[in-house]
Amino acid sequence: MQVTENKAFKPLIVAFCCNWCSYAGADLAGTSRLTYPADVKIIRVPCSCRVNPLFILRAFQRGADGVIICGCHPGDCHYTTGNYYARRRMTTLFSMLDYLGIERARTRVEWVSAAEGVKFASVMNDFVKTVTELGENVKLGDLRCKESL
Amino acid sequence: MLNVAREKLASGEVKRVLGWEKGEFWYDLTPAFFETEESLNGFVYNGFSGANLSKYLIKARDWEGKTLVFLKPCDTLSFNQLLTEHRIDREKVYVVGAGCKGMLDYNKMKKLGIRKEADVTDRQAVLLGKCLACKGKTFYAFDEVIDDEEAQKPIEVEDRFNEVKKIEALSPEERFAFWRSQLSKCIRCNACRNVCPACSCVKCVFDNPNSGVASKANPDDFEENLFHIIRAFHVAGRCTDCGECSRVCPQGIPLHLLNRKFIKDIDELYGDYQAGLEPGSRAPLVNFDKNDPDPKIVMERGENA
Repeated sequence: MQVTENKAFKPLIVAFCCNWCSYAGADLAGTSRLTYPADVKIIRVPCSCRVNPLFILRAFQRGADGVIICGCHPGDCHYTTGNYYARRRMTTLFSMLDYLGIERARTRVEWVSAAEGVKFASVMNDFVKTVTELGENVKLGDLRCKESL
Repeated sequence: MLNVAREKLASGEVKRVLGWEKGEFWYDLTPAFFETEESLNGFVYNGFSGANLSKYLIKARDWEGKTLVFLKPCDTLSFNQLLTEHRIDREKVYVVGAGCKGMLDYNKMKKLGIRKEADVTDRQAVLLGKCLACKGKTFYAFDEVIDDEEAQKPIEVEDRFNEVKKIEALSPEERFAFWRSQLSKCIRCNACRNVCPACSCVKCVFDNPNSGVASKANPDDFEENLFHIIRAFHVAGRCTDCGECSRVCPQGIPLHLLNRKFIKDIDELYGDYQAGLEPGSRAPLVNFDKNDPDPKIVMERGENA
């Protein structure tokens, strides 16, 4: 039997979406029949502040090519201040990844409210496009995990 | 110094003294608790007392009686930081500030053929890496200070961010290559974690067998990166830049450059902050301001560079 390989690169994107805004935003994008690539895998978290820097690195380890964190707009957090903390945390983490020479476009933070279905779709389209251009994540992947994908 | 320790121990004011004793080699001093006056004969304080003793006080918190501790100026910052985090009981510690002329690096001495501290003429040339970024000779916490004029002379310091800036100026590919060449040396001895006064969690993420990074040797480069990013991130904002991590690294990885990058970012984005300067102050990463820059700034900064 001959195995044919699909050469076109399909990125794997992990999106951490906060339960109160961005996840609802994604829902709205769905119910409004807006299209965004199926490469985006959404993980629902209670708040963007719940995203531990380890989650992001772990996602990269397990084969993600890009990680995006979506939360409520600053000031609109369901828990009042959660996304302010997340903002500082992610800024410093991304800066560190950049410092280690990992492509800075692989990580992103976007503020998407529950009413912004259109924004959600456009952000995801744009992010998938950027990551596809960057290609496969080789700098921060774990070979052992790649094999099992 | 010995007299102070003897007196306090004899009067029963303190139960034990925390200081340095001779280790395996004469240039290898290790931290030690002294509980009797006789044992104090083993006490040593010289140019090799680089070890920061503040972390050992976490243990002493659970013991009965007071502990006398010798802290160098930069160690008092770590001490304050641990106080802020409620890891040390101030009532149970008697802090004696120990004047510091800058600590010596035996490897540098060996290269110059110097085999004794007394033979050192140009101290600046054989200082420990961490002392080249000396934060001054001020004690930020003490009950008593033993200092002399010679120890108060400031050390010539370069801008401590120079090395970080040099790396930032490289291209991403060069940065990646640089860190790969450094971090791949890591043998995961965990010395950097164990010595760090800011790394004091009772349960460490790296000891969790489910974390995926609990193994001893890093099987691949991802774990090397992961371990060092997470280690540095856990202490970001609380790191006093005491430089112990780089001092103890048996592989000579410049770990302080990771910590300093965080300090530099925090200083630039959220205002200057020196951990441990004011006990009780909130570390930048457990704090926020409504006008903080958006994470996009990392992208934008990169494009301008």
